[in-house]
Amino acid sequence: MTPPDVRLRLETVRLTALYGRRAVVKDISLLFGAHTVTAVIGPSGCGKSTFLRCLNRMHELSEGGWVTGRVLLDGADIYDSGVDPVQLRRRIGMVFQRPTPFPTMSIYDNVAAGLRVNGHRGRRELDEVVERALRQAALWDEVKDRLRHSALALSGGQQQRLCIARALAPQPEVLLLDEPTASLDPAGTQRIEELCHELKRLYTIVIVTHNMQQAARVSDYTAFFYLGDLIEVGRTEQLFTRPTKEQTEAYITGRFG
Amino acid sequence: MSSRSLRRHVTSALMTGLVAALSFTAVLALLLILGHLIAKGASSLDWNFFTNSPVPAGQTGGGVANAIVGTGIIVGLAALIGLPIGIGTGLYLAEYGSGRLGWTVRFVADVLNGTPSIVVGIFAWRWLVKPMGHFSAAAGSVALAVLMIPMIARTTEEMVRLVPHSLREAALALGYPRWRTSLRVVARTALAGIVTGCLVGVARIAGETAPLLFTALGNLNFDTSISEPMQTLSLQIFTYATGPFEEWHRLAWAAALVLMGLVLILGVAARWAIRQRHDTP
Repeated sequence: MTPPDVRLRLETVRLTALYGRRAVVKDISLLFGAHTVTAVIGPSGCGKSTFLRCLNRMHELSEGGWVTGRVLLDGADIYDSGVDPVQLRRRIGMVFQRPTPFPTMSIYDNVAAGLRVNGHRGRRELDEVVERALRQAALWDEVKDRLRHSALALSGGQQQRLCIARALAPQPEVLLLDEPTASLDPAGTQRIEELCHELKRLYTIVIVTHNMQQAARVSDYTAFFYLGDLIEVGRTEQLFTRPTKEQTEAYITGRFG
Repeated sequence: MSSRSLRRHVTSALMTGLVAALSFTAVLALLLILGHLIAKGASSLDWNFFTNSPVPAGQTGGGVANAIVGTGIIVGLAALIGLPIGIGTGLYLAEYGSGRLGWTVRFVADVLNGTPSIVVGIFAWRWLVKPMGHFSAAAGSVALAVLMIPMIARTTEEMVRLVPHSLREAALALGYPRWRTSLRVVARTALAGIVTGCLVGVARIAGETAPLLFTALGNLNFDTSISEPMQTLSLQIFTYATGPFEEWHRLAWAAALVLMGLVLILGVAARWAIRQRHDTP
């Protein structure tokens, strides 16, 4: 599905995610090219969020969570015994459904958090990175005069962009967005979607969404999940206009889900 | 208005009145105690009361300076021992205490929470006072710390559990190690609640008398050595209130008022700590 001119960044090979003995994501093999946006869509409970959480090894932190199969980041399996999941998560940023700014930290400290935990302490370096990340998240102009204020003073949409800036600051290779606009109003949603277009020049983005219009607007490729299975994947415009599977067509035309 | 609707309104009014009356009763107890203490004790409060040590029985005058300082030292030392252990235990229980060990620690803490303080005092006497050969303030502090630890541990655990799971995940997804997530993000977010729990815990042990009877014992002189017997406000109240002299009774009321005042200050400080958290913009 990935055209030859696109370099491969991330790949799942027969990935299965389980809670105890119950598989919620089954045997998924997908390719994610560098500088592409891939949307994962499907009805609630189809395993799309769990799939995303396998890509930065967050799934294994859930009670009873484990996986089989492989996830290759630049060709190396992130589930290899030699890989430290804490280090890995610094290479793969994640943004959640609801904004999660650290309430005790200022706007600046929120963005700097991921760098500080990685041992970066230099004042000037932090200043630079914080500004760059906030600019990338299209938040700089709104907060540049109040970087020392509490992050909780921001609106929901601003908080979510702050969380994106926080995820971008350590310069990850991949950005995982788990329904990032689920708790935002239309204006906030639009800003995040515009961001996706901007950010794919620098990052590889995987976005989980239950909003099909959003998937159509922001993504290059779309994968449709149903009950833990990958039903269909393809270029976004093709999947939405000429789906090859009956279930995909039923879902995107609103007949179920 | 239909009869059903009328019945609902009447029931609602009755229940509201009932709970209001019950709340009033609860507040009334505090007001009566405070009012009585002020009526009986306020007239004895003067500069000498705060700056002098007790005078021999039969003489008038004298104060509770030694008891105020003693309360500060014994409670302070107890907090120094009890708070770190209690907070650490609470953090462990909330963050890592899902297994068998956590269950056991929680169970022991609950049992210890329900243990009468006099029993703790007897144990402190058996294991500290008896081997050392004499009563001491330090033994009193240890007894109070033992009373305090389960209280602090359980409130800390409750407060840490209130921190949304999403915040924990956000930190982990950013590449925070587990221990750093616990300290830098989770514990800091719960800090106001933890501080409140600590202040309430300190206030609670500040008035303890029973465990000090066999440990700190009491002391009519001004003494700041923690290896010697020491006076506290609670012990002084006990001695004076059960003594035969009218003058002592008068001083007991005043000392009780001072102790109540200290506990109230801690309570207000606890409120203030919570308010800080909600006012943060």
